[in-house]
Amino acid sequence: MSSSNAAAVLQRAAELRSTLSGQFRDETVKSIYAEAERIAGRASHHAGTARYDFDQRIDRIVTSPIFGLPIMALLLAIVFWLTVAGANVPSAMLASGFFWFEDQAAAVFTNAGAPWWLTGFIWHGVFRGLAWVVSVMLPPMMIFFPLFTMLEDLGYLPRVAFNLDFLFSRAGAHGKQALTMAMGFGCNAAGIISTRVIDSPRERLVAILTNNFVPCNGRFPTLILLATIFVGPLVSGAVASIAAAGTVVGVVLIGVVVTLAVSWMLSRTVLKGQASAFTLELPPYRRPGILRILYTSIIDRTLFVLWRAVLTAAPAGAVIWLLANIFVGDVSLARHISNALNPLGHAIGLDGVILLAYIIAIPANEIVVPTLLMVYLGTGMMTDDVSLEEIKRLLVTEHGWTLLTAVNLMLFSLLHNPCATTIITMYKETLSLKWTVVGTLLPLSLAFLVTFIVASIW
Amino acid sequence: MSAHDCGSCSINAELARMGVSLDKVDRVIALAGNPNTGKSTLFNALTGLKQHTGNWPGKTVTRAEGAFAFDHVRYKLVDLPGTYSLLSASHDEEIARDFLLFGHPDTTIVVVDATAIERNLNLVLQVLEITSRVVIAVNLMDEAKRKNIEVDVRSLSRDLGVPAVGITARTGNGIHALLEAVAGVSSGSVHTEPLRIKGTPEFQRAISELGPLIESLAPGVPNARWIAIRLLDGDAEVEQALSSGRLVELVASQQETAQRSSAKISLQGTQ
Repeated sequence: MSSSNAAAVLQRAAELRSTLSGQFRDETVKSIYAEAERIAGRASHHAGTARYDFDQRIDRIVTSPIFGLPIMALLLAIVFWLTVAGANVPSAMLASGFFWFEDQAAAVFTNAGAPWWLTGFIWHGVFRGLAWVVSVMLPPMMIFFPLFTMLEDLGYLPRVAFNLDFLFSRAGAHGKQALTMAMGFGCNAAGIISTRVIDSPRERLVAILTNNFVPCNGRFPTLILLATIFVGPLVSGAVASIAAAGTVVGVVLIGVVVTLAVSWMLSRTVLKGQASAFTLELPPYRRPGILRILYTSIIDRTLFVLWRAVLTAAPAGAVIWLLANIFVGDVSLARHISNALNPLGHAIGLDGVILLAYIIAIPANEIVVPTLLMVYLGTGMMTDDVSLEEIKRLLVTEHGWTLLTAVNLMLFSLLHNPCATTIITMYKETLSLKWTVVGTLLPLSLAFLVTFIVASIW
Repeated sequence: MSAHDCGSCSINAELARMGVSLDKVDRVIALAGNPNTGKSTLFNALTGLKQHTGNWPGKTVTRAEGAFAFDHVRYKLVDLPGTYSLLSASHDEEIARDFLLFGHPDTTIVVVDATAIERNLNLVLQVLEITSRVVIAVNLMDEAKRKNIEVDVRSLSRDLGVPAVGITARTGNGIHALLEAVAGVSSGSVHTEPLRIKGTPEFQRAISELGPLIESLAPGVPNARWIAIRLLDGDAEVEQALSSGRLVELVASQQETAQRSSAKISLQGTQ
């Protein structure tokens, strides 16, 4: 078949197209919809009211342009508030239990004549790392995950995507990115895998590169802890936990704004293009299955995340203990490194120990706070009392933390580079070293930039 | 085949699920529909739980095939990806559209959600533009009843010009009537007159002029009218397929595999 022939047909088609009115395409689409409406009107009749209407009435409120976003923020706030208010007591109980055990075990070792470095390495290093992770993370996860899974099960997440769609399309990104972002609240690596639902490679890449800007479960405990210790006490007792929850919501909203801003920037520069249209179905609301929620949130999520944290916390605990107990001159290695990092840390409102904690915590963001506490404790006095008051006293009076430190640490935690698992996932999904590097360094430099600006204008 | 209303007799009297025995099938049936309309439930009800799954050529989209026999005729059922439309550029829509255009299904069953007919009709009308051998399966009739929605399948059938059958795939209700309609349309004993966009007189003139040109360019092309409409719409992908000669290749490769064996029906995507 000669291609000149095909060219002639195309030529003729173009000529014929010009004989049609300019709105030919719109008119065709309109006539299809009008036809569909007419036929459907004749073929189906709605007799009386039913659940159908009930669903629609709820949707009209939760996806309304006015109430949609505030309701979303409120639901999020309630979830965080329940998490903050509920997790404190069990966390403290777990911690004191673990540390009592640490002392007993260490005493047994010492009495049995074990060398001090063995006792220290196993009990004050590895075990303490584990104890911190479990007691800091387990209670909030046990509360947060079932609540989040319940929202998911109810069918609320597609409504979130619906509410956020107009923002994402204005940022040149795919509306389904709202869904992959929501997955990122669970785990950024899972969020990145979930971007497979986005067809366009350009929009998928935007979604992958920006997924890190919503805090994952590993980072929520950090945010919740800091908000509880530093922001809560700013107001009087009764509303302290509400203020703390509000702060976490605020951080999450900043994350969403940064996601949109970076998506916008990417799709105006290196990933130019238009947002593509898509159809989003709002499934009927379903009564959540309580047993299934408990199963998925406790087995699939809580234990999964906790296990991963434990696997990385044990070696991290060991590393920290070694850093704190190997002396060069009369100063420990940890002190050497954190001193070297101090100028950089102070420039962004943090300190060298925090940066060191972030370096040690690259395998898993879960262990940032435990790590930095261990470095502080390891280099200073040992303490068994791990109540929130004690943590605050340690941070504020001994290590000079201020509200700025807490705010910047929350911002840094929100924006900094993704954890090792997420970086590996990014590479697997893009198969591109370049985009993996971009996806790692872009958040990191943004974290430095934002915290530097905040520290400068504070 | 009897024409009596068989609401109560066992469907197994005539339906035999054949799972993965895809050899020597007589007719090919495509299964299209929006996502979440119970397409897979119908697929399983017809073919049994065993199915042959692979990927569509060059795509990471799962392709499921199964077989069943009805009234001594063997059918192969090809499950198309669930889509809302056949126009935009997602992989799923491209696969569904290419199979309807070049896979030469003897009948296409479009599964429609009885509780959301209007939304589902968008796809139905687009399928009718491509092929006239269509049976509408109005699924989830039980759910519609629970939601107090009355569905008049005869009105639907009259308006669309193809058979429409109300079914509940989950319970098997209405499947026998559906298969009778499929048998009728695929054998040609039931005549269909699908509803198609008429458009303005200029539009009709343009279509009637372009159609024969396309047919002479690619002899045996299954639906020159649809391609003409896409060209008038300025569909870059169709223009490209025409000028690169890929359209001609698709038609030719289709004719080679017209034997209805279980050999994979060649669908070359754009990638």
